[in-house]
Amino acid sequence: MSMAALKGDSAFQARSLVSAYPPKCEALQFHNMADPVGFLPQFRSLLRQSSQFAAYNFREYAKRRTRDAFREHHDKNLGERETQELIQRGLKELQMMKRQTTVSQFFQLDRLVVEGQKTGKQTGEDGGIVRQTTE
Amino acid sequence: MANSTNVALRQISRLSSRRLSSSSSFINCASYFRAAAANQAARRCYVSESKPDKAQVSVDTAIRADQKAFTAQTGILPENAKMPGTGMSADVMMSPAAGILKQSSVMDEGIRPIYLDMQATTPTDPRVLDAMLPFFTGLYGNPHSRTHAYGWETEKATEQAREHVANLIGADPKEIIFTSGATESNNMSIKGVARFFGRSGKKKHIVTTQTEHKCVLDSCRHLQEEGFEVTYLPVQNSGVVDLKELEAAIRSDTALVSIMTVNNEIGVIQPMEEIGKLCKMKKTFFHTDGAQAVGKMPISVDKWNVDLMSISAHKIYGPKGIGACYIRRRPRVRIDPIISGGGQERGLRSGTLAPPLVVGFGEACRIAKEEMPYDSKRIQMLSDRLLKGLLSLEHTSQNGDPERFYPGCVNVSFAYVEGESLLMALKDIALSSGSACTSASLEPSYVLRALGNSDESAHSSIRFGIGRFTTESEIDYVLKAVKERVTFLRELSPLWELVQDGIALDSIEWSQH
Repeated sequence: MSMAALKGDSAFQARSLVSAYPPKCEALQFHNMADPVGFLPQFRSLLRQSSQFAAYNFREYAKRRTRDAFREHHDKNLGERETQELIQRGLKELQMMKRQTTVSQFFQLDRLVVEGQKTGKQTGEDGGIVRQTTE
Repeated sequence: MANSTNVALRQISRLSSRRLSSSSSFINCASYFRAAAANQAARRCYVSESKPDKAQVSVDTAIRADQKAFTAQTGILPENAKMPGTGMSADVMMSPAAGILKQSSVMDEGIRPIYLDMQATTPTDPRVLDAMLPFFTGLYGNPHSRTHAYGWETEKATEQAREHVANLIGADPKEIIFTSGATESNNMSIKGVARFFGRSGKKKHIVTTQTEHKCVLDSCRHLQEEGFEVTYLPVQNSGVVDLKELEAAIRSDTALVSIMTVNNEIGVIQPMEEIGKLCKMKKTFFHTDGAQAVGKMPISVDKWNVDLMSISAHKIYGPKGIGACYIRRRPRVRIDPIISGGGQERGLRSGTLAPPLVVGFGEACRIAKEEMPYDSKRIQMLSDRLLKGLLSLEHTSQNGDPERFYPGCVNVSFAYVEGESLLMALKDIALSSGSACTSASLEPSYVLRALGNSDESAHSSIRFGIGRFTTESEIDYVLKAVKERVTFLRELSPLWELVQDGIALDSIEWSQH
């Protein structure tokens, strides 16, 4: 159930997906590789789900752990069986995150002082990042 | 003024003309109706369609029209015109909503403090909560009910959780007793062993250290009142216990040695293996408070020769209100139970288990074991970053042994700054100067004084706890905030001025009042 596990499952994909991260050329390589078991979509949905956590620390951890698990398995040569196991674990993780992100959204608290509310600078006069203080 | 009355007049006339025209059309319609009714009844009168757009005024459009009219009439842009007496610009006056927003501060950040007090407690991992939730909803059976399926399913889950806990510390599941937390486990171990073996009157001595957690020290004091002798061993300046002193302190009638694995305030790791060997040689029982260590470093009770160990769930991202006590079976450690009753948990701790908490605890242990390499690598990295940044400030020092401490617990003294005032100045960071139990009092930490620190140094110490969910940006924020505010507080301090002038504070003779 661990998030690591989910990354783990992604492990295989990791090879392709992880590389999609920093260098673009690797992402291209990925496109050439076959993705017969559907790693890429799973990795994507894991990351997308991770960013749904309302709490900053959990959100950051889930995203980081997902990516790191991919990196970890980047260079490994996994067999068919291991691949399937990882995929299954990833599915479990995904389901867990779906439930937990929903729960976390029910009980939202204020944001942390480190957390940017809206990223980027305000441009123009439309008051995009103007917020009312709660105090 | 004249302008606004003009505008108002024009608006009123516009409205009345509209009403006039509509009423005239009604008359027209009515007359037509009459004619039509005479003619044939099937013809319908034309009415305008009713849509929300037609019934409502668009505020945006209205404001924009107002502003356009203002510019057209006065030749000034609304935002450039300042309304006398209010300090607000004309566009704010024209739109109340914009006014509210303009008055509020632009907040690019939230207001909730960063949590850096992981020694007090940790956030519950979402994975743990996910494992617990079914036991709060559908699976509510009593795990001790043997007659129905509700009991069987929760019993199975609790036994699995017990296995996870045992795996984490390298023990057998049968040696794990669930309690309400590490405090209860400590009480149970110390009082239980002492009372059981003190009954015969042969073993009446307990050895512990001065830097133990309050619950251990208090249990020992309680035993003193019951006639036991207790040795509170001093520790070295680094916080590590001196093995030679320990060996000298253990007597033939010593029932128990209790030394914590990782200190909760300074994070110092005691040489467990050596202490375990010593206790085995001297044939005394060895209890350790592992609340701060379990799940954070590899632990093997067999390798360490530990006979009893206290574990807490909420220090390893589990739920609060549950803990465990490891009690060795071979050779068997016999204890006198504090809570007696239905005979659950081998009769050592009666009372119905709480399956949601137990399952959460088990899951937390499982995750801790699985994630240990990843977590410790990360905590080490964050800890190095924090320590390097803090120690780069002048007149700061780390408390405890810099060589052997748990990296998730960083205790630093900021000389010439009052710790409590620094904590107040760092309101946007949740920190503590010592253990949570003593955070209400302004007394300096007894742990730091046991290390031989002066009162001033103990007063100016702050503990930073790093955990699984701490991020780099939080550490950077903390470093920046601490640097700013320590400098600020020192600027206020007359002592700091003296120090900057090169006057040694010890050489000053303070006049008496």
